[in-house]
Amino acid sequence: MRIKPTGIALLAMLLCAAGPSRAQEDLPVRNCTWCHGSSAQGFSTAPRIAGQQPHYLVQQLLAFKDHSRDNPTSAQYMWGATARLSPERASEFAAYFAALPAEPASDGNSALVEAGRVLYEQGAAQSEVAACVVCHGPNAQGFEAIPRLGGLSYGYLKSRLAQWSQGFHASAFPMPQVATSLSPEEVEALASYLSFLR
Amino acid sequence: MTALRSTLSAFALLALLCATTARGEEPKPEASKPAAAKAETPKPDAPPRAEFEAKFTYCKTCHGVSGQGFRGAYPMPRLAGQQPEYLQNQLEAFIERRRVNPVMFNVAHVLRPGMLAALAEGFQNLNPKPLGGEPRELIPAGKKIFEEGVASANIPPCASCHGQDAKGQSAMPRLAGQLYDYTTRKLSNWSKERGQDPAKPDTSQLMEPIAHGLTPQQISEVAAYLGSLE
Repeated sequence: MRIKPTGIALLAMLLCAAGPSRAQEDLPVRNCTWCHGSSAQGFSTAPRIAGQQPHYLVQQLLAFKDHSRDNPTSAQYMWGATARLSPERASEFAAYFAALPAEPASDGNSALVEAGRVLYEQGAAQSEVAACVVCHGPNAQGFEAIPRLGGLSYGYLKSRLAQWSQGFHASAFPMPQVATSLSPEEVEALASYLSFLR
Repeated sequence: MTALRSTLSAFALLALLCATTARGEEPKPEASKPAAAKAETPKPDAPPRAEFEAKFTYCKTCHGVSGQGFRGAYPMPRLAGQQPEYLQNQLEAFIERRRVNPVMFNVAHVLRPGMLAALAEGFQNLNPKPLGGEPRELIPAGKKIFEEGVASANIPPCASCHGQDAKGQSAMPRLAGQLYDYTTRKLSNWSKERGQDPAKPDTSQLMEPIAHGLTPQQISEVAAYLGSLE
């Protein structure tokens, strides 16, 4: 079968268009996509990092490096990964992953979505639960160092809230307080709602 | 006549007993208070310590660990060092929807009167440094507006009501150290958010002509100056 020259040219253009830019070619993203998935959508316990707030990514990378983010999963997987990470390199990674398109995990309990939405937007003042929306935004898109939650996996969100209420990463104000105020049912509802958000 | 008097005395004593025993016990003392006690106490009961601490910590979830304010998707204002009378007025305005803010309505309308007063008092002694983040180059122009007003637009000096140090007094709020982005939004949206019940005009009316009269540039300048003040 004879391949036309124009066909090869088109194929080459497609490959170049999909790949990283010249500067980013040097970025060792494979060190991350090993666990976080080839398109950084997340895999198993490793969360989606595509489309995440870049300031948040930098802050968390440095928190892994200085061990302030100290839950067992982070200690096992991320402390080693960030041990020799410079702040400059952290910024480069953050910019790269923040720019990637993000797909919602949609793996929560769809029956709890409405309850989760109400909790997200209004909180529960009687039990001192803050309305997540004031910091994380109307579509859970995040803001600067406050993470995007929309579309993160149900299991990951649940585990983060559990970690804070168990006392890990105590410096991450105000999340330890927020996590402690939530009942297990509320955690289920929130994590479900957020997992579907685009 | 004596029968009536002794009945009234009995009621008064009962009310007094209920008021003193209800204080500092269960988390929701108003459930155990009989209706007769309501008329006796002009000042709302102070809440139990643990209940107050839980609510106070709750406020600080959004308003900053020392009440200095916090920048999330929305800027949450500084409450540290705020005039208690002003805080109380605002909480009541949120509850009565004279000041429109769905998040603050939610948190405020579950508070009973005693808690409202206690929280309003609770912030006045906090004194953290300003959160910062204002555009510093606008500060000199802002200082001028604060101290001299804008004569051409009939705007009096802010200092004349809010104090030279911008710490306010009685119903007039402290502005010193307030978040730049919060101040600009409030001044720009004054009549869309405040004084929303025409049947119940409130003190927000005083600020209306001032908020309207300032140009967006002047709002930015004065907000930058206020954000920098300790």
